[in-house]
Amino acid sequence: MMERHFDASLRELKEQLVTMAGLVEKAIEEATQGLKTTKSERFQNVYELERKINQCHISVDSACLKLLALQQPLATDLRLIFAIIKINTDLERMGDQAVNIARNAQEYIKSPPLKPLIDLPIMFQEVREMVGITLDAFVKNNESLAREVLKRDDRVDALKNKIFKDVLELLKTSSEQVEQGLTLILIARNLERIGDHATNIAEDVIFALTGEDVRHSTQVATMKTALNE
Amino acid sequence: MNTKAILEVKDLHAWFGNTEAVKGVSLSAAYNAVTAIIGPSGCGKSTFIRCLNRLHEELPGAYATGHVLIENIDIYDKKVDPVSIRRKVGMVFQKPNPFPSLSIFDNVVAGLKLAGVKRQSTLKEIAEQSLLSAALWSEVKDKLHAPGTSLSGGQQQRLCIARALAVEPTVLLMDEPTSALDPISTAKIEELMTELRKKVTIVIVTHNMQQAARISDQTAFFLSGELIEFGETSQVFTAPQKEQTERYITGRFG
Repeated sequence: MMERHFDASLRELKEQLVTMAGLVEKAIEEATQGLKTTKSERFQNVYELERKINQCHISVDSACLKLLALQQPLATDLRLIFAIIKINTDLERMGDQAVNIARNAQEYIKSPPLKPLIDLPIMFQEVREMVGITLDAFVKNNESLAREVLKRDDRVDALKNKIFKDVLELLKTSSEQVEQGLTLILIARNLERIGDHATNIAEDVIFALTGEDVRHSTQVATMKTALNE
Repeated sequence: MNTKAILEVKDLHAWFGNTEAVKGVSLSAAYNAVTAIIGPSGCGKSTFIRCLNRLHEELPGAYATGHVLIENIDIYDKKVDPVSIRRKVGMVFQKPNPFPSLSIFDNVVAGLKLAGVKRQSTLKEIAEQSLLSAALWSEVKDKLHAPGTSLSGGQQQRLCIARALAVEPTVLLMDEPTSALDPISTAKIEELMTELRKKVTIVIVTHNMQQAARISDQTAFFLSGELIEFGETSQVFTAPQKEQTERYITGRFG
C-alpha cells in the first residue's frame, strides 16, 4: 500500500511523544532515586527534566493543531491525534507529579525518617512498571498491554491506601512527626496520581486503536445495572 | 428527527447493458434525514441515486431491478408513472443547469407549468416561497425576469434547488451539488441543506468527505457497486467498522 505523506507526519508526531514520555520516565526515576539516595543532584535532574517536558508539551500540541487544521484527519488518523493531544496532557502532569515527589522527598530527607520505607518502594516499582507498559502499548499499538495497565491501577490504589493507614497509625503514637508523616502521604498520593495518568493514557491508546471508549466503564456498568433494576 | 423510514431501498441492482453498476444495495433513510453517499469515482453512487427517481433507465440500455419504496410506494411497481415519481423526488446536479432560455421566475415554475398549474397568482406565490427556501429570494426578487443564466454559479445552483423545491418533493437527490462551486457558495448550499431537511429528505452524493461529515446524519460507503458500510455519520468518520471504509476515508486507497 502506498504510504501517504501524512503517515510520515504522524510518525514524527508519535516519535515526539515517545521522546517526551522517555523524559517523564526519567523524571520519575530520578525522583525515586533522590528519595532513596538523598542525593540533591537527583532532585535537580527532576527539575531540569520537567522544563524539557514542558517544552515538549507545547510542541506536541502545536504539531497536533497543525495536523488537524491542514490534514483534516478522519477515522484512525483522527483517533490517534485526538489520543495524542490527551496523552500529551497526561504526560505533562506526570512530569509535574515527579516534581512534587522531588520537592516532598527533599523535605522528607531533611529530618530523620519516620519509619523504614517498605510499601513506598513497592509502590514506586509498581508505578514505574505501569508507566513502562503504558508507553510500550502506545509504541507497539498493543491493545492487550493497554488493558493490562487498567488492571494494575487497583494495585497502586491499594498500596496508597495501605501507606495512608500505616502512617496514620504511626502518627497516633508519635505526633511530633506529623510533618514527616504528611510528606510520606503526599508522596504516596503523587505516585497514585501518576498511576491514574498512566491509566488515562492506556484508555486513550485503546480508543485510538479500536474506537472503543473504556473510560469510567465500571461506573457506566453500575449505572446501567441500577437503571435496569 | 422522525425515525420512520421515508425511503427504503431493497436489493437494488442497476445495469448498463451487461455491466452491473449497482449490486444489490439495501438501505433506508428516515424522514428529514440527510444521507451522504461516498465512494471513489465509478463506484456506482451516482447511478444509485439516479435509480431513486427512475432517471437511470432513461439512458440507452440501462435498467434497474429491486425495490425503491418512497412513503411505502414502490416506484418500480409497473403501475407507477416515472414522471410522477420525478415530481416526488427532485434532483440537483453537479453543474448548475438552469433552462438557458428561461427567466429566473420561469425556471422556478417550469415544473409547475408542466404539471398544468396556470394561475399566475399561484405561480408567483410558489416561486417566491421556493426562492425563499433556496435562500435566493433576497438576491433575485428585483430581477425575476432576468435570464437564469445571468446569475453566478452559486446562485444558479440555488435556482436549481428552488426549481426542484417548487413541485414540493418528498425526497431531494443531490449529485455533487457543490463540486463546481467556490467555498462561499458551498457554505451557503450546506447551510441551506440544514434548513431544507426540515421539509425534505435529502440524499447527497459527495466526493468531499468533510462535507459529508458536516451535513449528513448517515453515510453510505460504496465500492465497486456494492454498499460496503452504512451507518451514523459520526460513527463512520471516527470509527468505521469495515477496513475498506477506513482505507478510503483516510486516503490509504490503492
